[in-house]
Amino acid sequence: MTLAPAIEVHDLVVGYDALNAVRGVSFTLPRGGRMGLVGESGSGKSMTALALMGLSPTGWHAAGQVLHDGVDLITETDTSFSKRRGRTISMVFQDPMSSLNPVRRVGDQIADVIHRHSKVSRREAMKQALDLMVQMNMPRPEQLARSYPHQISGGQKQRIMIAMALACYPQLIIADEPTTALDVTVQKQVLRLLNAAARDRNTALLMITHDLPVIAAMCDTVAVMYAGRIVEHGPVQEVFRSPRHHYTRGLLDSQPTMDNIALDGSSRLGSIPGMVPPLHNLPTGCAFHPRCAAASEKCRAEMPELGANGAACWHPVKEKAE
Amino acid sequence: MTLSTRDPILAMQGVTQSYGLQRTSLFAPPSSFKVLDSIDFDVCAGEAVGLVGESGAGKTTLTRILIGMERPQQGRLIFEGNDVWSATPAERERFRRSVQMVLQNPRSSLDPRMRIGTALLEPMRSLRIEGDHIKRLHEVLEQVGLDKSALERFPHEFSGGQLQRIAIARALMPNPRVLVADEPVSALDVSIQAQVLNLLRDLVRDLNLGLVFIAHDLSVVAYTTSRVSVIAAGRIVEVGQPVELFTRPTAAATRNLVDAVLTVEAGLEGKAL
Ligand SMILES: Nc1ncnc2c1ncn2[C@@H]1O[C@H](COP(=O)(O)OP(=O)(O)OP(=O)(O)O)[C@@H](O)[C@H]1O
Ligand SMILES: Nc1ncnc2c1ncn2[C@@H]1O[C@H](COP(=O)(O)OP(=O)(O)O)[C@@H](O)[C@H]1O
Ligand code: SF4
Ligand SMILES: [Mg+2]
Ligand SMILES: [Mg+2]
Repeated sequence: MTLAPAIEVHDLVVGYDALNAVRGVSFTLPRGGRMGLVGESGSGKSMTALALMGLSPTGWHAAGQVLHDGVDLITETDTSFSKRRGRTISMVFQDPMSSLNPVRRVGDQIADVIHRHSKVSRREAMKQALDLMVQMNMPRPEQLARSYPHQISGGQKQRIMIAMALACYPQLIIADEPTTALDVTVQKQVLRLLNAAARDRNTALLMITHDLPVIAAMCDTVAVMYAGRIVEHGPVQEVFRSPRHHYTRGLLDSQPTMDNIALDGSSRLGSIPGMVPPLHNLPTGCAFHPRCAAASEKCRAEMPELGANGAACWHPVKEKAE
Repeated sequence: MTLSTRDPILAMQGVTQSYGLQRTSLFAPPSSFKVLDSIDFDVCAGEAVGLVGESGAGKTTLTRILIGMERPQQGRLIFEGNDVWSATPAERERFRRSVQMVLQNPRSSLDPRMRIGTALLEPMRSLRIEGDHIKRLHEVLEQVGLDKSALERFPHEFSGGQLQRIAIARALMPNPRVLVADEPVSALDVSIQAQVLNLLRDLVRDLNLGLVFIAHDLSVVAYTTSRVSVIAAGRIVEVGQPVELFTRPTAAATRNLVDAVLTVEAGLEGKAL
């Protein structure tokens, strides 16, 4: 028997009043699967994640279907959702400071999650918390467990957050820009730990980031988001090697790499002109058209849907000749 | 006199800077640690130089000394051949106009209640620069590729990339010879980052500006600069052409930085982590 997917999202719409930050997002993430969600800031990634966690800001609506653990999370009540968070589905945020309790020792905070969701004693929960800190490669775990959040570094705080997210063997972890605030040398270490821990537990991972190399390192599939919609979706290898949507192409071309830099300084980086449109002023048709060099009359008038090639584009980028 | 091929506009020579540490006990002798240790660093006109190093290595401290915000405890800061800290008031004034700074977060470096036009004129007032400021305003807007209509608007009406352009415009107003940019693109999306990097490169070439550029993304530094210094624990451990240095690092600190870099290509090959 095959297990149901870790999460199945159908036509998710998230917004407030008449404005929608997420406009019809669908995807399926199998057990143990790895999906990246990428796009410029303001494209709707965080609002998607918060809706999946039942944490949309007050006054916001979320509609559609979010199937997880045999239920539709959209209709889940607040009380049952709060019992679920940290147990079957958990989240790692960009800023660990805002989600850690500043006046409680970090070891206790991990133990709290374990104690709340599994029927183990306080003492056993603390022991498991220490084990997790060891797995997270924390130096001097006993001592660090007794520290308060302000006494440890950013990378250490993020590892505590990951330990808390992993503590109850959830089916799915949603990580929203988990390493964006970290130094590069620490970033790689944190990603390695998250990678290994999720693999060992067969936990599915939804990695949200604007950092393309992070997606390439961690994920099997990637969804590219623009103005609240997924504009391209497919295996990372295909999407990054031969993107079909002009937005994806633009993002990849903006990324400087050591081997596309000429030593004489003559190379010129591609960039995407303009910026992500605000919610109250979304362009007609393909929302990317004001920034797209290939835009036609049709692009300005009609909104393209995701096609068999995995891209929502009227004039897809030509496949790269091998 | 020997002819040197390099003629820096701005240079640090043998700069050492220490900060006091908290005493561990009442009777322990006060101790201090060297944030910067015998630093030599310089930039010429029309040259972009990079500075990389892990967090806490001393990059920001170095820039604070470079722009004259902090006086070096040992060593000298030389601008156009004169020691800045023993210069005449007129020379100091010229230094202050000629070396300008661009910071990481444009949103927090611009006053939200001030119209862009007013914010751009602000350095002209504080540096007491005379002349036709409005004409200068239009020149600078053109240089950074912003429309005149920006002048009447407020910071919240702009995206991060546009605000960074505005911050660069403000730094250019006094017609500086050197721009010091500490992580100017770290808060921006890749797509927008590319716009700002291209702008900085154009300014170096077109205005013959010296650029000191700090970023944690090594490819970004390699794209933007032609010479880079690697700093570790307050010491410059290696200097070279960025692409060459980052492909064949010799110092351990450089190797650590290079090893930490994630690239799309390495990820696709399954070799990133
Ligand atoms: N005013 C100060 N008093 C005491 N220590 C300081 C002071 N300013 C900086 N330091 C210390 O000096 C060292 C270098 O700091 P600096 O801000 O220059 O690092 P950096 O290379 O810019 O790091 P990052 O990449 O994180 O910005 C750090 O150990 C820092 O804690
Ligand atoms: N609290 C809020 N109130 C109003 N609009 C918001 C709020 N949070 C986000 N938005 C808007 O929703 C859109 C998507 O934002 P977000 O999901 O945070 O983007 P991302 O995570 O991709 O950067 C943006 O247009 C943003 O300005
Ligand atoms: S649909 Fe048109 S405007 Fe949109 S990405 Fe494709 S070509 Fe460009
Ligand atoms: Mg976000
Ligand atoms: Mg710094």
